[in-house]
Amino acid sequence: MSQYKTQTHKIGIYLWIWALLFVFSFFSYMVDYLNFEGLLRWTLILVFMVSKAALIVAVFMHLFWERYAIVNVLLWPMTLMVLLLGIMAADSIYTLSTRLIYFVAGS
Amino acid sequence: MNNRALGKLPKGWGGLTYDWSSDQRVFKGMPWNKAMMWIFLLSDTFIFCSVLISYMTVRVSTAVSWPDPSVVFGLEVFGTSVPLLLIAIMTFVLISSSGTMAIAVKYGYEKNRKLCAIFLLLTAIGGATFVGMQAFEWTKLIVHEGIRPWANPFGAEQFGAFFFMITGFHGTHVSIGVIFLLIMARKTWRGDFDRGRKGFFTNVTSNYRAIEIMGLYWHFVDLVWVLIFAFFYLW
Repeated sequence: MSQYKTQTHKIGIYLWIWALLFVFSFFSYMVDYLNFEGLLRWTLILVFMVSKAALIVAVFMHLFWERYAIVNVLLWPMTLMVLLLGIMAADSIYTLSTRLIYFVAGS
Repeated sequence: MNNRALGKLPKGWGGLTYDWSSDQRVFKGMPWNKAMMWIFLLSDTFIFCSVLISYMTVRVSTAVSWPDPSVVFGLEVFGTSVPLLLIAIMTFVLISSSGTMAIAVKYGYEKNRKLCAIFLLLTAIGGATFVGMQAFEWTKLIVHEGIRPWANPFGAEQFGAFFFMITGFHGTHVSIGVIFLLIMARKTWRGDFDRGRKGFFTNVTSNYRAIEIMGLYWHFVDLVWVLIFAFFYLW
């Protein structure tokens, strides 16, 4: 028996996920092709992006079958990135407002 | 630690505290090089996130209108312009190469030498096709559309800087991945993993686990493209 954990899955699961990734990619391309605008566009883009990312990480990278010791190490730091995203979003909106006031309106 | 010994350990959240409070190695049942690949990928995620977040900051804060990606990256096909056509094809090619990589990893687990090498080679071909199409895209944008990192005819100047940095950094990852895939395919085909041949640089005994670690890197490259596709091309 091998010294390390080994994983055996049927080939079907990979083909299924592959097909799902194709479908999600097709849908997200359709979002652009059909010219969805505004909140609907952004929501759909994010939904399809997160679904694809989750499928790749969970099944293709086998994180679904890993122990929580590594899963938590990998996923918690991402909350820091979401925090950075929030901070920079607030900051960039502020920067935009000052530019609109002093550059665009002031000129 | 093999499957049977792992099966006896606590699972889930209880397993988390058990693993982290145990005296010995934390990542039980995981070879050190796989753990190190995961930690490298985590740090690489931070790099890509930083780049994408700074792109967001610049795009939101500029008072000049941002170029419309579906116009900039559109392609003329038989007289009609199709938005993002090349990017869509590139996305499907990269996802397909991720699919073949997953199957190669499966055959690596099963120590199936020939099929593993064939699927690794298919993955490398997919990656090389992707890089080729990206080179075509860059050529089109630089030569025909006149996009530069400091200026472009469509709108905000920063567009070029972020486009070349983000896709260039990702393309570098793909290129490095293709090189490693070709090396791995050769090693697999030659039977290094079956005979446990010593590595040329590392002098470490070759093992089929290397395929799994290679797979982690390649799926990560695909994962990053999913983010770039969503935030840079579709947004």
